[in-house]
Amino acid sequence: MGKYIFKRTLLMIPTLFGAAVLVFLLLRMSPGDICAVRYLGSGLAVAQEQIDLCREQLGLNKPQIVQFFDFIWGYFIFDLGESMWTGQPVTHEIAIRFELSLQIAIMATFVATVIAIPLGIISAVRQNTITDYVVRGFAIAGIAIPSFWLGLMIILGLLVVTQSWLGEPWMPPIQFKSIWEDPAHNLAQLIWPAVATGYRYSAVATRMTRSAMLEVLREDYVRTARAKGMVEKIVINRHALKNALLPVVTVLALEFAFLMGGLVVTEQVFNLNGLGNLMVDGVERQDFTMTQNLVMLVVIVFVITNLITDLAYAWLDPRIRYS
Amino acid sequence: MATVSEVQTEAEFEEVAPKKPWTQVVIDLSRKQPLGVFGLAIVIAMIIAAALANVVSPHDPLQEHFDSMLTSPGENGYILGTDEFGRDILSRLIYGSRTALLVGFVCAIIGSTLGLVLGVASAYFGGLFDLILQRILDVFMAFPLIILALAVVATLGPGIENVMIAIILPFVPQCARVVRSNALAIREIPYVDAARALGFSNARIILRHMVPNVMAPFLIMLTTFLGQAILLEASLSFLGLGVQDPVPAWGLMLTNASEFFEGAPWVAIYPGVAISLSVFGFNLFGDAVRDTLDPKLRSR
Repeated sequence: MGKYIFKRTLLMIPTLFGAAVLVFLLLRMSPGDICAVRYLGSGLAVAQEQIDLCREQLGLNKPQIVQFFDFIWGYFIFDLGESMWTGQPVTHEIAIRFELSLQIAIMATFVATVIAIPLGIISAVRQNTITDYVVRGFAIAGIAIPSFWLGLMIILGLLVVTQSWLGEPWMPPIQFKSIWEDPAHNLAQLIWPAVATGYRYSAVATRMTRSAMLEVLREDYVRTARAKGMVEKIVINRHALKNALLPVVTVLALEFAFLMGGLVVTEQVFNLNGLGNLMVDGVERQDFTMTQNLVMLVVIVFVITNLITDLAYAWLDPRIRYS
Repeated sequence: MATVSEVQTEAEFEEVAPKKPWTQVVIDLSRKQPLGVFGLAIVIAMIIAAALANVVSPHDPLQEHFDSMLTSPGENGYILGTDEFGRDILSRLIYGSRTALLVGFVCAIIGSTLGLVLGVASAYFGGLFDLILQRILDVFMAFPLIILALAVVATLGPGIENVMIAIILPFVPQCARVVRSNALAIREIPYVDAARALGFSNARIILRHMVPNVMAPFLIMLTTFLGQAILLEASLSFLGLGVQDPVPAWGLMLTNASEFFEGAPWVAIYPGVAISLSVFGFNLFGDAVRDTLDPKLRSR
């Protein structure tokens, strides 16, 4: 196992390098750059010399291969450069938004897991009963409702409900405060986007849990356990669930990595200044240093999540052997 | 030898499953799968609406009426009201179903099929092939959808085809990974070894012995993708990166909704209901199809 972990850790290097090449090429393939966006977007007549100067200052006139080398080298000397738009270090721009996005991702994953696993099990065990139909309806609705629209409806609902109960409309606070600093304020702001995204993600996992449980419950060893006269609860928890969790773990793990970058739309609805928002701004402004480093951050989170998923596989299903 | 047993199996199958009249099939199905039939009804309604959009729409979806902007539902013959340009919301919803259906079917089918092929092949061949393929898929999967979408749209230019490419790309590795994790367990089952010992070709083992056994996760992914593609198109259009105005698309209709929704909540409510309802229908139907097709999951 130790050798396997070491090998997998080494294998992360080509993935990260591949991602770096891909993001670099995609960004450079798109027409235009930040200098064009900054000056031509203003609608004023700007001398070509000024645009050239801007490109020179930002290093955009260097050969592509040199720019790529600078980008990679930054990771070895722990200097990711400055945002082309604000001039602030990239690490600073990311750091001030990281906590918000990470907290929503964790809260949403928590909401999803707590909803999905019990509901999936109940639904499979009571297949084709009213309970099953209600759970499936709830899960399918979760997949069907776009989280940004659910967010809009939550805000609308909050306005309407507080208007009739308190007499004046209440909106979640806009200004972000750390949970360590002001927990009540923090939760009042972030609970809504966490519920909007968490409900949606729970739906996929609920379906996975249900179908995996249904398959496992038909296996011979489950029948054997029941034939031995084992209590149904133990059959489900000890024999069935552990084997059914394999695809569920995949889905939950994949989602966590995506949550970090995938909050873009929800962040827009709730007016949150998180990483997703920073990324959309970066792409729109063609801020190459900002965008490529943000993407790499998500890639690193993803690759590590992936490694943990694979290790969990081996633990959950001993039939999978690693050589 | 193999051909003879195949013919026999087919003959037996015909004997035990005599043809039923289609009305009986519908009745049986709605008794066994009430949710599925409900979902199918929604999907059929949507397909009919899309096909007959020019007949059933009460107004021109593109016609702007500046004398009746943000009319409330029910007033002046606008059943679901009008948007900020005075365009009839109901007609825009009906025409929007064309966009949604096109994106949904094309992306789900292409994305999950490519994923199935890659996932099973990767698990079956294992070794270096598996390793390299998984690393390439890792690279693609590591990208947040929105960045891939942005990059594709920025590089290729806007348009519905590019939105579809942007949606298919992340589907493929997602499906491949889930299929692979199931296929890995199947590869260890003796009948695959038996098939190999009988000298069957790789293609035959993959298609006849492995693919049918990963149909459950494949169908789950495909049906999830159908809805997801509609949702993703809506999200991209909502962000202004997908289908462009004035083409009627549900996500696009929500773009400016938050500016008006205190005074005109219907602008925000109905397009969201349309998205949710159609995805809901596709998913209910998909669930029922899966339960019916897969013997392992078939109810007692």
